[in-house]
Amino acid sequence: MTSIPADVGSRDGSRGAEGTTPAAPPARRRRRTLSSSQWAAVGFAAPLLVYLVLFYAYPLWRNIDLSVHDYTIRAFVQGDAEFVGLQNYVEVFGSSTFPTALWNTFVFTFGSIAFQFTIGLALAVFFRSSFRLSNTLRAMFLVPWLLPLIVSASTWAWMLNSENGIVNSVITAFGGEQINWLTSPDTALISVTIANIWLGIPFNLVILYSGLQNIPGEVYEAASLDGAGAWRQFWSITFPLLRPVSAITILLGLIYTLKVVDVIWVMTTGGPGDASTTLAIWSYREAFGTGQPDFSPAAAVGNLLIVIALVFGFLHLRLQNRQEATS
Amino acid sequence: MTERKVWWKTALGVVFTALMLFPVYWMVNVSFTQTRDLRADPPHWFPWDPTFEGYEAVFAQQLPALGTSLLVGLGSVVLTVVIAAPAGYALALLHLRGGRTLNFLLLVAQMIPAVVMAMGFYAVYNNLGLLNTIPGLIVADSTIAVPFGVLLFTAFMSGIPREMLQAARVDGAGAWRTFRSIVIPMSRNSILTVSLFAFLWAWSDFIFASTLNRNGDLIPITLSIYNYIGNNTTQWNAIMATAVVASVPAAILLVVAQRYVAAGVTAGAVKD
Repeated sequence: MTSIPADVGSRDGSRGAEGTTPAAPPARRRRRTLSSSQWAAVGFAAPLLVYLVLFYAYPLWRNIDLSVHDYTIRAFVQGDAEFVGLQNYVEVFGSSTFPTALWNTFVFTFGSIAFQFTIGLALAVFFRSSFRLSNTLRAMFLVPWLLPLIVSASTWAWMLNSENGIVNSVITAFGGEQINWLTSPDTALISVTIANIWLGIPFNLVILYSGLQNIPGEVYEAASLDGAGAWRQFWSITFPLLRPVSAITILLGLIYTLKVVDVIWVMTTGGPGDASTTLAIWSYREAFGTGQPDFSPAAAVGNLLIVIALVFGFLHLRLQNRQEATS
Repeated sequence: MTERKVWWKTALGVVFTALMLFPVYWMVNVSFTQTRDLRADPPHWFPWDPTFEGYEAVFAQQLPALGTSLLVGLGSVVLTVVIAAPAGYALALLHLRGGRTLNFLLLVAQMIPAVVMAMGFYAVYNNLGLLNTIPGLIVADSTIAVPFGVLLFTAFMSGIPREMLQAARVDGAGAWRTFRSIVIPMSRNSILTVSLFAFLWAWSDFIFASTLNRNGDLIPITLSIYNYIGNNTTQWNAIMATAVVASVPAAILLVVAQRYVAAGVTAGAVKD
């Protein structure tokens, strides 16, 4: 759908350009009707513009402001924080938490995406051929995605509980050893990643499934007439034709996963130590997670996170534009 | 033979779904488990001897939190639709100048991590005295849905036939009249989709609730569950009962409005 607004935008842009060349009479006529409705357009968009300035731009500006001052709680109340320039950023980069958080963010994000995507794609292909109950079962797959994150996260926390969790009791029943999923530094990050993979499967399934619907059935029919088996069909037809949708799914997944706070915070609060601390968790913990809020470094980490998210975001937009150009 | 293959697929599908939904089943199961059985080894796979203690606790303690979440969710829905629908109209049908830039800004807005927004809002609300207030939380929660809403409305409204709008103009209807009598009624489905997501996101929000409303008198259900876990780690049946109750809106929406859910998910990512 994002193709459509971009389309409208480009049409709009070209019209604006025409309007500046007075030599073309049709364009001028068009411009006259346009400018009469342009006031209405601005009027209808005005609430959004005001909203974006007040509730996006202003908080973001305040966030940058926080990151270049030294805000303590006292300074926060009195509003006399000292300007320190980029010192907070320097401290963040120099902190011992920084490499850990960066690595954890990397593992958490890419681990989540790899499995969510693979499982989501496998399920999408599975559900593609309709069978009895296929629609109902596919709908039920949405459930984890619709539950409040805190609900899923606390359920997983209890399932992975060392002494009383169902996961460990299954493992020990098969002769394995009890694993301290959430309290051991070796497994905490894996545990939250597993929960996050589970949460992301429905999103991947739905998008990839709708992508599959756009591949015409005749292509498969032709392939099976030529004697291509299911495996061959997947690698020669499904995978290449699904590549544009896959790319967008993965990039959106990256952008969403970078931001994740709730799941990790509820399950491990980023611990033990920094074992499951990602950049988002680090930022949240500095600002809100302890008794002593430290807004300035938290804002610096947050701004760093924005930069990373934007890099992937622009990649996404470029991909989408290129797709529109080719289709 | 095809008959048998199809049957086999259904069986496999049921197994996959059961595996996927196991955590949800487990949440329900634990919510009915007696407190003394919570630490049983092996755990009780089915609540043969169900207790409603957990649910009694929910209804005794959590009603204000549920009410707060409902209020915040509905407030967020109203704010989102009131802001996003006219903007969608301006972008899709009135050819707003600078529309391309605006679209781009909305896409970027969706990429900003909530934790960053939470800090910014905290600083702003701290000055305005909006911390720990319901309106403050409604505004913060609506920021999750507004960019999505505008993009969705723009996409849907672009599909409204131009002839209808021209006919309205010939009849002397202005932009506002056209919006009210033609665009809004025709956008019923997209309004439902946007409302549904705005509600679910606000209902599920934890980050804004735990930062902007942590000391409020009225806290939403997500924060209430979180505090519950912190205060009393032994009563997992009550925690899970609260979790089950907090999931009810999602369950209802899935049953009643499944096709809007699927429409919203795909609209967010894939071009038609």
